[in-house]
Amino acid sequence: MKLTLKIWRQANAQAKGQMVTYPIDGIEGDMSFLEMLDVLNEDLINKGEEPVVFDHDCREGICGSCSLQINGEPHGPDRLVTTCQLHMRMFNDGDEIVIEPFRAKAFPVIKDLMVDRSSFDRIQQAGGYISVNTSGNTIDANAIPVEKEDADDSFYAATCIGCGACVAACKNASAMLFTSAKISQYALLPQGQVEATTRVLNMVEQMDKEGFGNCTNTGACEIECPKGISLENIARMNREYLSASLEG
Amino acid sequence: MALSGLFLVFFLGQHFTINVTSVISPDTFNEWSHFMGTNLLVQAVLQPILIFGVIFHFVMGFILEIRNRNARAIKYKSYKGNTNSTWASRNMIISGLVILAFLGLHFYDFWAPEMNIKYFKGDMSGLLDPDDVNSGFRYYEELVHKFESPIRVGIYCLAFILLAVHLWHGFASSFQSVGFNNKYSKALKGFTKFYAVAIPLGFIFIALYLHFNQLPH
Repeated sequence: MKLTLKIWRQANAQAKGQMVTYPIDGIEGDMSFLEMLDVLNEDLINKGEEPVVFDHDCREGICGSCSLQINGEPHGPDRLVTTCQLHMRMFNDGDEIVIEPFRAKAFPVIKDLMVDRSSFDRIQQAGGYISVNTSGNTIDANAIPVEKEDADDSFYAATCIGCGACVAACKNASAMLFTSAKISQYALLPQGQVEATTRVLNMVEQMDKEGFGNCTNTGACEIECPKGISLENIARMNREYLSASLEG
Repeated sequence: MALSGLFLVFFLGQHFTINVTSVISPDTFNEWSHFMGTNLLVQAVLQPILIFGVIFHFVMGFILEIRNRNARAIKYKSYKGNTNSTWASRNMIISGLVILAFLGLHFYDFWAPEMNIKYFKGDMSGLLDPDDVNSGFRYYEELVHKFESPIRVGIYCLAFILLAVHLWHGFASSFQSVGFNNKYSKALKGFTKFYAVAIPLGFIFIALYLHFNQLPH
């Protein structure tokens, strides 16, 4: 397969970036998108040029490291997959592929296609946890009965890998799907009730501080999320936020 | 944003209910218009709340749009919004601006003359000729007169199409924003989509009906 890649190149966070065109040949349909970029980088290194910087780690759709806006969609044209799970068979010989970093004020570019997503870590640190005394008297989580439906919904919310595709897809660069998933996974469990009020207030406050946009319910985040995190979580977060605000 | 939107949607239904009587029974339209235009509770309490609701909704809309645009300082070279969301949901600011411009015309057409007659000229009678008690109410006559111009009717129809687009996303979205998402959501969403199309279509029908059924002069 012969392709033309248009890739965002940016030397560092302060530099002005630009799109650079790279022709590439010998790409097979069974390759993953990241393997295709590996081929490009090998070629660039052999020519003595700077390879393209991009995030990756597990390469099996678990870690949430890989990102990339591919032809105008986060993680590319396939659904419920991360960039590392995207196969080149989704493209045709002769295609032009535009590759950009996830764009958001809260996700500044570090270099080329790599962005700083530590804003997600700070939202998580603001309340995405439960405080448990680990002095030796810890109660086994399984000793507390949980409704099956709640346990399932909590689990689905917890499958969010924090890749940032929701932010990248949203026209407002909103992080409400991510934040709501992290709130929901605790809000649905009895263990999460103790800190429920402060959790939602602090996490939403941190989300706003980071400079993410506001949700206008376009639903793009849900469609592009590689883990299929549901918009129901945003409604739940809004309910939690409203009731926490009224409680003061 | 969501709460003011829901309030305006409710008002729109009430406005439509009164307007549709102009097609069914001009006398009823005149009586209801006179009641709404002279009732102290409506004029002194509900009207200011409505005006506040309208202003609050569009000011918040502008603030939201500016904040959201700032959240992505560098735009994508390639962005395929149509693969994951509707045009209506991504362009609420466009449909909203058209509705706002239409509201300016609507206020100029109906609200400003009403305020002038009632509160500046001091004529609260609602009669065609305030000196003749047998002249009948003026509301239906004024309404029909406004829809003589095909250009005005065209502008009204266009604005109502954009209102339908705005409501198509906005009405359902407001329930999500206030946290309403449960087993009734699907049925509610169906109702919001029906309302989003039916009410603006009804207003278009009224405008066209009044245009093509002018009073004999």
